Amino acid sequence: MTEISNLDLSIWRGDAKGGELVSYRVPVREGMVVLDAVLWVQANMASDLAVRWNCKAAKCGSCSAEIDGFPRLMCKTPIADYGGKLSVGPMKAFPVVKDLVTDVSWNYQVNKEIPPFTPSDKDLTSSEPWRMQQQDVERVMEFRKCIECFLCQDVCHVLRAHDLKGAFQGPRFMVRIASLEMHPKDVLDRRPLLKGKAGIGYCNVTKCCTEVCPEHIHITDNAIIPLKERMDDEYFDPVRSLLRRLGGKARKTPA
Amino acid sequence: MTGASYETVETDVLILGAGGAGLRAAVAAAEAGARVLVVCKSLLGKAHTVMAEGGVAAAMHNVAYQDSWEVHFADTMKGGKLINDWQMAEIHAKESPERVLELERWGAVFDRTWQGRIHQRPFGAHTYPRLAHVGDRTGLELIRTLQDRAVHQDGVEVHMEVTVFRLFKAEGRIAGALAYRRADGSLILYRCSALVLASGGTGKMYRVTSNSWESTGDGTALAYDAGAQLRDMEMMQFHPTGMVWPAGVRGILVTEGVRGEGGVLRNKEGERFMERYDRDRMELSSRDVVARAINSEVLAGRGTPHGGAFLDITHRKPDFIKSKLPSMYEQFLKLANVDITKQPMEVAPTIHYAMGGVRVDAETGASTVPGLYAAGEVASGLHGANRLGGNSLSDLLVFGKRAGEAAAAAAKASPGHAAANLDQAEVEQAIADLMAPLARPAAESPYQLQAEIQEIMTIHAPIVRDASGMQSGLEKILELGMRAARCGTGGSGTLAFNPGWHTAHDLHSMLINAEALIRSGLERKESRGAHARSDFPKTDDELAAINYVVEKTPAGMQVEAERRPPMPDYLADAVQRSYARYTPEETE
Repeated sequence: MTEISNLDLSIWRGDAKGGELVSYRVPVREGMVVLDAVLWVQANMASDLAVRWNCKAAKCGSCSAEIDGFPRLMCKTPIADYGGKLSVGPMKAFPVVKDLVTDVSWNYQVNKEIPPFTPSDKDLTSSEPWRMQQQDVERVMEFRKCIECFLCQDVCHVLRAHDLKGAFQGPRFMVRIASLEMHPKDVLDRRPLLKGKAGIGYCNVTKCCTEVCPEHIHITDNAIIPLKERMDDEYFDPVRSLLRRLGGKARKTPA
Repeated sequence: MTGASYETVETDVLILGAGGAGLRAAVAAAEAGARVLVVCKSLLGKAHTVMAEGGVAAAMHNVAYQDSWEVHFADTMKGGKLINDWQMAEIHAKESPERVLELERWGAVFDRTWQGRIHQRPFGAHTYPRLAHVGDRTGLELIRTLQDRAVHQDGVEVHMEVTVFRLFKAEGRIAGALAYRRADGSLILYRCSALVLASGGTGKMYRVTSNSWESTGDGTALAYDAGAQLRDMEMMQFHPTGMVWPAGVRGILVTEGVRGEGGVLRNKEGERFMERYDRDRMELSSRDVVARAINSEVLAGRGTPHGGAFLDITHRKPDFIKSKLPSMYEQFLKLANVDITKQPMEVAPTIHYAMGGVRVDAETGASTVPGLYAAGEVASGLHGANRLGGNSLSDLLVFGKRAGEAAAAAAKASPGHAAANLDQAEVEQAIADLMAPLARPAAESPYQLQAEIQEIMTIHAPIVRDASGMQSGLEKILELGMRAARCGTGGSGTLAFNPGWHTAHDLHSMLINAEALIRSGLERKESRGAHARSDFPKTDDELAAINYVVEKTPAGMQVEAERRPPMPDYLADAVQRSYARYTPEETE
């Protein structure tokens, strides 16, 4: 770490019509993170600088941005990691609203399309509190750590470079589906969704999403690959396909 | 006429805030058959509830079989130094287990005991291990579960990044609200038959706080302006353990779970100083006591290099720490370059939670204005003079549900109220007030004024207060109010996502809350819970039955002392009874 007294901070300013990097000189305090520097600019140099943030402790996932082109949470990125000069821009996979704020509403629509947690009727009507073992719930706990910063969506080349938002729901929602599919009490079969609307086949496991996840969720290894295997077993395994035709088990499928 | 046009949106129940209380209210109101619209200042799922770390308190007796609603009730009342609304405390203690189990049936995943039940961890001033938790990210689990439940429920709609500016009444009842979209400054006139405030707290009026930009006390201010009474406004909780270093992260919360899992506090001389403040409960004393203890150590010159105390959990195994406190481990490693499995943390008190707020009816969350309800941090009563850790998440669930149901019933009872005639002049005036700062962008900067409010509150209404400090603080706040009424936006006149303009309006809310806190604080001439006074250092038993109630009058803000009815005998007995101490060896 190097001690610096001023930061040369370039922030992308603009809207849907276009914009450019604007340079600001920010006095540095010990332990400052990028979000602090951006908020200093807002309070002192650019009152209408648009930026989202809430908890400032990497728990809410609001302050996602691209720092020197890399998707990160601004509240979790110390400026000491950079040599006195850095740039901040909005996430590129989503339409810009203004400055660092992007329109992420597509993600909320996708979430609505995923059938929610569905326990069995027996569990639902049971008057006894449920019993589950720690080792059984730990698997989904990893997925439920997701703070919906959408950095994984931002970095995913299917969404970012090819803009296939209608075809692939993106890593965030593979994690979401995994959290439901692997929940010990969930009985719904979301494999038709995975094959269809969720578009899991579009993922070619480059693991970029895992790399940017601030919660260190093993998105590719623990969520996407097991889901791909489930789907392949269902639809593309010849032996299983034959066995199924001879009378397979019934699973609840979404209406 | 101002010329600004607005869109009109009608619903049965309008809910302000999409944290735990707002979402739980939305689910309840929709289940009762109402059309529900949730309005929130941020994106859905980002509300302050995600910051809750330690857990949700509910007497499920999964870990300590001795636990019961009576003990939870007694702990809550004693923690609140007996000025709580005892009826709320009773409802809360009785209903929270059911609300937690219900969350599990909606998909929430809690840590388990070896028998597969929901695990419960010990926490400050709870007699028994009582907090259902998920590592140290319980709030996230709660909000995500409620969020999914709400968005998949028919009849619930959510408007994100919309700020409500003013409430309107028709025929004496709440009938609507004027709001603006943060993204483009366009206006919405909401029409509703009932309105639930679930807008959270007021911590942003202090400089060192665990609260986000959102916690500007909008709900209490909107209610106050609409004529509703506020209560216990002097009761503002300092959480004992916020980060103190480096400067950039000062105030960020360090969960009480660290102490719940065995963390100890030491001063710079290595002394476990809680011995001198609460020998029985030590680090797990109530928050007001621990916060003042750290403050006293620092004032006595025994503080750490950065002015706090050491919080040490290194005696636990690294794997244990990483599994029970994963986000704390990550937070210190990333932000302070401290490995908490090897080094102690440095902590100091940080503003955390408003016990005071809108005065509500215990059973329904109804405020003193017809059609206006409140639940969660914006409401008051449950926590009295000091909130116990874990009681806020259970508060949200229990009273969010009740307020949602009551609002839906009220909407059903007065169909067509959402279409009642509003006073058009009032609406036009609200629009003019909302737009005013944009017409004078170069006037005084709202960011500057916000920093000054924080400075005044930090100096004049600190952890230990006195009359002369508060009096001069009040004068400064009132003077600042005049400047805020004329302030600009910091330089820009744009409607498009203009935080300077938004901040200009946040000032109004913050100033009402600041004034109410100081005026109520001046009236309470004793030390009780979070309200500590150097000029009245003792607790006055006479004042245990008194709450201070704030109301808007033509002459300005008035504070009245109000006497609570005494508790019925069975509750008084529950408070006075002594309960067996918890020892893990006997139970596990």
